Amino acid sequence: MARSLEGDATTSTATGAALPFINGWYDLFSRGSRDWLRHSDKVREAVREHLPRIIAGSDIINHGTRTVRVPMRVLEHYHFALAPPERPQGVGQGKARPGDVLGQAGPQPGTGAQGGGGTERGGVDLVLEFKVDDIIDWLWEELRLPNLQARVGPTEQSDWMREGLDRHGARSRLDRRRSFKEAIKRRAQGAGPQGFSNEDLRFRQLTRRRQPATRAVVLLLMDVSGSMSERDRQLAKTFFFWVVAGLRRVYRHLDTVFVAHTTEAWEFSEAQFFQVTGTGGTVASAGFAKVREIVDLRFNPASCNVYLFYASDGDNASDDGAAARSALAAIAQDASYSGYVEIGSGAARSSATEVTRVFQELAAAGHPCGNYPIADTADVWAAVRHFFSAAAPAPATASAPGAEP
Amino acid sequence: MSSGWRSYLPRLEELARSQGLDWFPVEFEAVPDSFMMEIAVYGLPVRMPHWSFGARYIYQLVQRHMGHSRLFEVVFPGNPGHAYLAASNGLPENILVTAHVLGHADFSKNNLLFRRCQEQISDHIVEHAASHARQIERAIEAHGIQAVEQVLDAALSLEQYIDMDQSVRRQRFPEFLVTAPPAVDDTFRGRFSALDASAAELFQPRQRRAPIPPHPERDLLWFIAQYAPELESWERDIFLAVREESFYFYPVFATQIMNEGWASYWHARLLREASFVPQAAYLDAIKCHSDVVRPIAAGAQVALSVNPYHLGFTIWEQIVADAGLDAARRIMSEDDDFSFVRNHLTRELAAKMGLFRFERQGDGQIKVVEDDIAALHENLMLGKYNFGAPRITVSGLRNDGTLELQHASDIDGRGLDVERARKVLEYVQRVWRRPVVLQTLDSAGQSTELSASAAAA
Repeated sequence: MARSLEGDATTSTATGAALPFINGWYDLFSRGSRDWLRHSDKVREAVREHLPRIIAGSDIINHGTRTVRVPMRVLEHYHFALAPPERPQGVGQGKARPGDVLGQAGPQPGTGAQGGGGTERGGVDLVLEFKVDDIIDWLWEELRLPNLQARVGPTEQSDWMREGLDRHGARSRLDRRRSFKEAIKRRAQGAGPQGFSNEDLRFRQLTRRRQPATRAVVLLLMDVSGSMSERDRQLAKTFFFWVVAGLRRVYRHLDTVFVAHTTEAWEFSEAQFFQVTGTGGTVASAGFAKVREIVDLRFNPASCNVYLFYASDGDNASDDGAAARSALAAIAQDASYSGYVEIGSGAARSSATEVTRVFQELAAAGHPCGNYPIADTADVWAAVRHFFSAAAPAPATASAPGAEP
Repeated sequence: MSSGWRSYLPRLEELARSQGLDWFPVEFEAVPDSFMMEIAVYGLPVRMPHWSFGARYIYQLVQRHMGHSRLFEVVFPGNPGHAYLAASNGLPENILVTAHVLGHADFSKNNLLFRRCQEQISDHIVEHAASHARQIERAIEAHGIQAVEQVLDAALSLEQYIDMDQSVRRQRFPEFLVTAPPAVDDTFRGRFSALDASAAELFQPRQRRAPIPPHPERDLLWFIAQYAPELESWERDIFLAVREESFYFYPVFATQIMNEGWASYWHARLLREASFVPQAAYLDAIKCHSDVVRPIAAGAQVALSVNPYHLGFTIWEQIVADAGLDAARRIMSEDDDFSFVRNHLTRELAAKMGLFRFERQGDGQIKVVEDDIAALHENLMLGKYNFGAPRITVSGLRNDGTLELQHASDIDGRGLDVERARKVLEYVQRVWRRPVVLQTLDSAGQSTELSASAAAA
């Protein structure tokens, strides 16, 4: 026991640690972890390029979490290597004679150890977690939202605006740049080196200002009839989810209205909307009429921008064509933009469906309309891009059907 | 952690010295398991940062959680040498490990490959590596992580491509061909050149540029560092730092079987003769020893790989029994794994160990093919030739700066993994900054030229 105490004393003097619980720098710092973090950063960079595929497949909407989990493989640092041999061979050991067959063995061909620093390739899978908010930021960086034109109406809204600086304020509104300037100015006047003082600090101030309101409402209309399979609905909901998330990121005063229809139409809350299922036939005009009704009742198109997005499989009741056309036209004349996503079952349709044609006609007539087919999860992001990339919504002629790469 | 082992150190050293072991002083340090694992991953206690080490670190972490591996010690040669012991070792393990470390220290002071390496790099490789790490961290501060990573991606992926027969501080190829001036033995020339100095110049041969490289060049790290058209000096320094570390890694790699066998032989022998070790600790230590050097297939089992500790230990025991300790010491100082296995793994010994060569058949079944000793030697060494990497040389430099690489697929027996090779070429191209092409065989055995250029990247 005495010996071991002696030994402890020599250990700590050898490493020269002053603190009793820290034996060496390696207790405080791990190179392996640092390089692993760098590896994770690289994975994230790589993932960013494939985001559209990842988000479309994920089930964030149903689970209601604010993160997406993406399975990944560990990145490989490539070395020159020989092509795998036709017949892997190696040296084994044990009671076996030439000619014996040992049956199926593990995946290790055993051709000897790898070199120097080691280049073993592990089959380690990892799951990366991304915040939905981060993904939205990444995704919408490249897109431009339709600029809401200010429709100056009778309403005004007051909002907090930045105005002026003061020596007192909340820590979070400290203006570092200005504070530094003040310190430098004071230093230039005074003699000798001086540190910061409270006198130097500058805080941004806020005031309330009234200004003409820019209001916008986004109406999301979804066909939930029996012909829409569970997968079709999932595609539509994924599309809506990213549209709403993106619009909310940019516009703070954004109204959203969620409507689902079969032969009738109902308005839902957001949470219910993403859960809703239905059965029965499809009467698109019912949905359009409901939308029109909501707009008339609650939103004045003169002082409010109206955006409509409609998702359906395109199978409208055959006797509803004319009704749907007039109902949609009634909305389109007032709306800033109307978009239609057609959820297809993958097989390309030979001819445009009834609803597609309605939208195309309206576009041809000079209304700001567009449509885009979604056949697969990979198309969801293409659709969002189609409607929100810089060029698409602005001119009224944007209605290239499925030409997007 | 039990540090009572330190009190045994002087007596173990005395015993080792009396047995003829000869080593530079070793500094022992007990470190936590996580740090042991980092040493195993980086190959050096402090080494340059790179993301690939992070990936391997996590892989090791998972492996350890699955209980696949446990490290007792890592030793670094030098004067003084450095030995790191896992803090989780018990007293018996540490006594064993201390003796093991002395065996390694003896080996690295006397083995020819290690001696040459230490003459070239100095006997402070651990400190050199730490200064490389610092140098690269400074480069990251100055040039950004992206730029430095790009260089390290290329340099580390070529880390096996050095030429051990050349000096670490190797000069560039001569720029001009050396041509001997014509002999002035005939009288006419002698008299003619005596007439006028300017006439004599007519007989001086023009200087001619030497081809670069004058012969296929194995040392890719050196060649790129010296001849890359637009390499910045800090980028060159990174290449040379990686190269210097590879000069250290080569002896470790090329003597693994010998070195581990030698250390295992000595820890067993020292422990057997250490009368001062208490009985209980001795028993535990011997148990630990037999875990280390036992064949992977113990008992009636059959394994498809050979434990290098076991192989080296068995061969050394045989050598000492047959030829005595002096002969063993001479072999230790002169051989590397290639000559060691070829000369001293005899037919009888291989039969005693139950070694065999196997092949994986097309249907995934493993077939024991033969136990011919030449085939066993060849297969044991298969992964060790050329630092364990495919043989690739610089074969030429085109006028537009294109770097031509040639894979010796005739010697390696087959072509390269084309996808991986292409990725490596991309790494290299970003540093070479001109197109890079590589001649090899594709999967169908046809000659093919892989290339990477800036446009494709």
